[in-house]
Amino acid sequence: MPEPYDDGAIAGTGAGGAMDLAASEATTLERTPGGPQGTGPAEKPRSLWSDAWRDLRRNPVFIISSLVILFLVVISLWPSLIASGNPLQCDLAKAQEGSQPGHPFGYNGQGCDVYTRTVYGARTSVTVGVCTTLGVALFGSFVGGLAGFFGGGWDALLSRVTDIFFGIPVVLGGLVFLSVVTSSTVWPVIGFMILLGWPQIARIARGSVITAKQNDYVQAARALGASNSRMLLRHIAPNAVAPVIVVATIALGTYIALEATLSYLGVGLKPPTVSWGIDISAASQYIRNAPHMLLWPAGALAITVLAFIMLGDAVRDALDPKLR
Amino acid sequence: MLLEVRDLQVEFKTRDGVAKAVNGVNYSVEAGETLAVLGESGSGKSVTAQAVMGILDMPPGRIAGGEILFQGRDLLKLKEDERRKIRGSEMAMIFQDALSSLNPVLSVGEQLSEMFTVHRGMSRKDGKAKAVELMDRVRIPAAKERVGQYPHQFSGGMRQRIMIAMAMALEPSLIIADEPTTALDVTVQAQVMDLLAELQRELNMGLILITHDLGVVADVADKIAAMYAGRIVEQAPVHEIYKAPAHPYTKGLLESIPRLDQKGQELYAIKGLPPNLMHIPPGCAFNPRCPMAQDICRSEVPPLFDVAPDRQSACFFWKETLDG
Repeated sequence: MPEPYDDGAIAGTGAGGAMDLAASEATTLERTPGGPQGTGPAEKPRSLWSDAWRDLRRNPVFIISSLVILFLVVISLWPSLIASGNPLQCDLAKAQEGSQPGHPFGYNGQGCDVYTRTVYGARTSVTVGVCTTLGVALFGSFVGGLAGFFGGGWDALLSRVTDIFFGIPVVLGGLVFLSVVTSSTVWPVIGFMILLGWPQIARIARGSVITAKQNDYVQAARALGASNSRMLLRHIAPNAVAPVIVVATIALGTYIALEATLSYLGVGLKPPTVSWGIDISAASQYIRNAPHMLLWPAGALAITVLAFIMLGDAVRDALDPKLR
Repeated sequence: MLLEVRDLQVEFKTRDGVAKAVNGVNYSVEAGETLAVLGESGSGKSVTAQAVMGILDMPPGRIAGGEILFQGRDLLKLKEDERRKIRGSEMAMIFQDALSSLNPVLSVGEQLSEMFTVHRGMSRKDGKAKAVELMDRVRIPAAKERVGQYPHQFSGGMRQRIMIAMAMALEPSLIIADEPTTALDVTVQAQVMDLLAELQRELNMGLILITHDLGVVADVADKIAAMYAGRIVEQAPVHEIYKAPAHPYTKGLLESIPRLDQKGQELYAIKGLPPNLMHIPPGCAFNPRCPMAQDICRSEVPPLFDVAPDRQSACFFWKETLDG
């Protein structure tokens, strides 16, 4: 990503080379067409990314969603900041009891504190969401990027492999693959979701690499002796990465929801891991007697997913020059 | 001889058949010499240049025959890796639209210094100093301040200067300029052309100037090669061709230049359209549009006749054309 370049260079040039023939052109400096309207005296040179950042900073949707996400990240790193109890310390005698002093969300079916478990559940969800998204984005862009750049036979082969993985139904696949896994960590679930999630990114990366590849500056770089890897990494990738970032951010929310779905079905995470999906699953049979056991983890899940999807939406708007 | 193209043939595979874009082109350029390649859109002038540079998209393109001798070596026999080393350092290309030929996410300084860091193994710091030096050399005012700016912050003429600077960076012995001034407005065109001609003289480079602008040609070119339907129809020193063209096509081109003394009259135009490259007419490709066409033109392909030393015409009636 280019670093923003900051000084009054534009104002300086017109006056600087006055005696030069070329100066007549310097005075005709254009502003980017379609850029945001007047931005005060400090005219900074702008790139796609600095433009996007300016847009984002003013977007309330972005501010709210990133505050929520920041909060989630903080409590998943240090849950004891706001929850003093132990999520695995349960007292069966208090099972299904409602809200009471010191335990605002009440107790669940096993007599564990719902508040503590909801706070600790964030860690699982954020870990699963972030790791899956990273894995999917890296692997998907790698495969899609190669397919788009080299084209021809490679493209055909890689695209068909992508299609095969795209065709696996998520829930059915989850039931089949994950039911044989005995590990109680989050990694098998993350691995499975990467396995099913990468084709989505691969397709987008392929398309955007093909578009970027046809740009004149790629041809120009080639004419000036750039190698394949140089063209791909320096000239194509930075110009093709925006759609991948957008889709990955939106998908992050859905991966968190998918983990909850799989856990609800009993094939995702397994106790003693603390996860919203597990708690929702356990609480769903008591919804008539003790709805609080379901509503708190389900509400936390809904807000988290919403925050990531809203963030993705804001990023998409900021990176799409046509919406300016 | 710096560059000699011998009997070059290029085809493109399309859905409807094989399009013969270049059908036996011969031309040569010496150090310090400027060859202008003239012709309508689709006459094969850019494709020939791309074949020389080795940036033809293959497939669908294919070099069906011929030789490209550069400093005595046949480029078509070199490996891709060796050709890449020649591109940029020994021969370079300037494109029509400088805005789309520069990478929008990299500052111009980064793109210029890349020539030195990649090809010459310089450090980033030295590369940047060289970039400023180059920008000074192509007379961009306040080069030091502007080296960190992005392409969209420069005016059209300045951008083309940057493209010229990139092409000149490693002092290649051959430069191909593919309509370098077409995208610029008229006042800037002359400045950019002057700059190009001046740098060419300074570095004693060979220059192939691809254009359809006869006004540009007259001032800077040493000799002209007029192309039609993938063949060279007339090749001559620049003054002789303006004085008396020896091919009806060149004659038509020259007559269609608007002239001050013909005020009020309708502009001359060559009737008809260039042929479809998949169905080039038998005989002389120009015969359906030629006012002088006879039976022989419809059955036999005219060879290149020697009109004078270093002057050829591919017309059976070159004598009549020259006199009339």
